[in-house]
Amino acid sequence: MTLLTSVFAAIICTILWYKKAPKSEMKLGTLSLMFWGASLMWFVDAIFEYAELGVLYFSPAPADMLNDFFLGLSVVAFGLILWLIILMIKDPKGVVKGVLFRKQ
Amino acid sequence: MACFIVSATEALIVTVAQKMIEKKEKSPEEVKVEFAPGTIQSAHGIKFSEKLKWLRTMLWGGSGLLAFEHVWHGEVIPWFPFLTAASNPADAAEMLHEMSTVGVGMALLVTGVWAGMVCVSALIEKNAIASSEVKK
Repeated sequence: MTLLTSVFAAIICTILWYKKAPKSEMKLGTLSLMFWGASLMWFVDAIFEYAELGVLYFSPAPADMLNDFFLGLSVVAFGLILWLIILMIKDPKGVVKGVLFRKQ
Repeated sequence: MACFIVSATEALIVTVAQKMIEKKEKSPEEVKVEFAPGTIQSAHGIKFSEKLKWLRTMLWGGSGLLAFEHVWHGEVIPWFPFLTAASNPADAAEMLHEMSTVGVGMALLVTGVWAGMVCVSALIEKNAIASSEVKK
């Protein structure tokens, strides 16, 4: 469920990035690469878990699934917070600078 | 247990390498590219250090989000030894085994996907330049 949540986040971010490209005012490319990186890593984790559990991997207990989905959503929220911090620091549109400095 | 450490270490190495390459790299040559049908414009390809940033972002982002998952599962703690598995030798051995299998696998897959992205982007660049040269 965590893998699936992060893959969907990566796909949505990639579509949004493609719509806005080549402009990178919102740093959506960074966000999508972050989610793709995490998705690939969880994919490897899933392969090793499948090798250990076999077909049981595809039939988790409902409580585990819910917990994993909750974790997946929390991971997406954490990823978005990291992205917001990067966006505020890099400030490609100059919004933060515009708030901090008054033009004369 | 601590598989994200392998990717985080690679991310650190890639970040240093990217900064070093960026300093030494020259600007790419200007070429004519057909962006949309019938519109040929002057442009220059992106540097290799820019492509290394893709790998850097995937590695840092992925290992950061995985580290969050490990905190969630109580495998990473904010006090020494920071990894619960490092507190006894049996768990530490299991953790090292996981790092050498799952951790290395994660780093290899992310690097492999990035290498694929670089190859595909090089092909796209080559084809775009070739097709605009034919239409000139």
